[in-house]
Amino acid sequence: MSFSNILAQLGGGFLYTLLLFVLTLVFSMPLGLLVAFGRMNVWAPFSFLLTESEKSLLRGGNALPRTGKWQDNFRRGLAQFHPIQTVMKVLISILRGTPLMLQLLVVCYGPFYMWGATLSTQWRFTALLIGFAVNYAAYFAEIYRSGIESIPVGQYEAAAVLGYSKSQTFFRIILPQMVKRVLPPVTNEVITLVKDTSLAFVLSYQEMFTVAKQIAAAKADITPLFVAGVFYFIFNAVVAYTMERIEKALSYYR
Amino acid sequence: MKVLEINHCNKKFGDNEVLKDISLSVEEGQVVSIIGPSGSGKSTLLRCATLLETMDGGDLIYLGKYAAKADKAGKAQYVSNGELRQIRKNFGLVFQNFNLFPHYTVLKNIMEPPMLIGGRAEKEVRQEAMALLAKMGLEDKADAYPFQLSGGQQQRVSIARALAMKPRILFFDEPTSALDPELTGEILKVIQDLAAEHMTMVVVTHEMAFARDVSDHIIFMDGGVIVEEGKPEDVITHPAQERTQAFLRRFHQ
Repeated sequence: MSFSNILAQLGGGFLYTLLLFVLTLVFSMPLGLLVAFGRMNVWAPFSFLLTESEKSLLRGGNALPRTGKWQDNFRRGLAQFHPIQTVMKVLISILRGTPLMLQLLVVCYGPFYMWGATLSTQWRFTALLIGFAVNYAAYFAEIYRSGIESIPVGQYEAAAVLGYSKSQTFFRIILPQMVKRVLPPVTNEVITLVKDTSLAFVLSYQEMFTVAKQIAAAKADITPLFVAGVFYFIFNAVVAYTMERIEKALSYYR
Repeated sequence: MKVLEINHCNKKFGDNEVLKDISLSVEEGQVVSIIGPSGSGKSTLLRCATLLETMDGGDLIYLGKYAAKADKAGKAQYVSNGELRQIRKNFGLVFQNFNLFPHYTVLKNIMEPPMLIGGRAEKEVRQEAMALLAKMGLEDKADAYPFQLSGGQQQRVSIARALAMKPRILFFDEPTSALDPELTGEILKVIQDLAAEHMTMVVVTHEMAFARDVSDHIIFMDGGVIVEEGKPEDVITHPAQERTQAFLRRFHQ
């Protein structure tokens, strides 16, 4: 098999890689913001169990003094239970704590094993997207959260006194500053995603790595794998360059 | 006419009583300074007045309209969020550390709130913003970003930002405490000019000479209570209370 032939085939696979990459980002980046909101949610349906003095202590940012009675500890624990936040924490820890490859297999074949659903060919791609987008949303959510929590409280207070609503404060004051602060870790994540698209081979998606492996196995030739490596490397160089440009574009303020 | 009235304000953080039965009122055109040692509750009082903190008990009244009213038990009951939004339009606050929006230019910092919150036309707001900048001696900084300015310049921008909302009363929370000593003068000058224009102001400050010269009324707080209040010459020059004398001894030396 000639070199140009390999290039042509891998180039075809690369388009699928690119499609998966772009769609994953398009879905996971906004989804990550929703997950971050959930992760920071402090809705406490049992807060009525707190006494007035306990409430006022907590508002002042203080810890509650120990009483030594288990009933008190239980009541306070329940009163400070944040269900939405807890669900998001568990979800994030599962998504970060298990291999993406395993998650992809579960999303794709789970419906068949659990409910006996018949799986179409289109479903594979949908499953891939769901698996990738949800997994990356978990990582993005934690990055966004770190960015949002790093914005000084004075920014919220200034906006509040000027009369900004909560959503005006978030979208006009907090979000733009958050974006600038999270760019370096987001760049890391995007570069990882470029390489992670190769995991799509477990669902036989015809992206570049799957193609390279097939040719390499069929022709007993390692060249396709090298060429695929070069493709990934160049792709990531472009990603890194683009992100650097965005960082530069946002460096007009500090 | 009373612009601000606070009656029997109480505030606790847990068992720590930060404000104990504080009452004060500010007449239109009056300049009131609040002095006192750190931890005396003066900043908390300002934060309660500007709705950044909620009072546990007492009344908070702007221009005759209740923001919070004590119920029979004395507990402060706040009005609805919609009404609070209207009440916020009456006051402005200048922070110790400016809290300008770093991603906006100086001009946008000043122009966005009146346009977005006040719903006013850009052309008119721009003219006013430029006039305010001129007044602050910062016309040439309209397109600069906050990080390019000195602390004193940033504080002047934040005063302009507060003034652009045309508040009936302006609060200052230690406006010179984050500044180098040689920069405090320019901020105090601005406040003095505003006082000369009969802007109603409440200033929490550690600058005793300034408080004495600019205020109509001085409040000395310690331990969450108003220990002494009155005319500047009475409180600062001839304090009656021992605690006030002890606090001012350092200053008089």
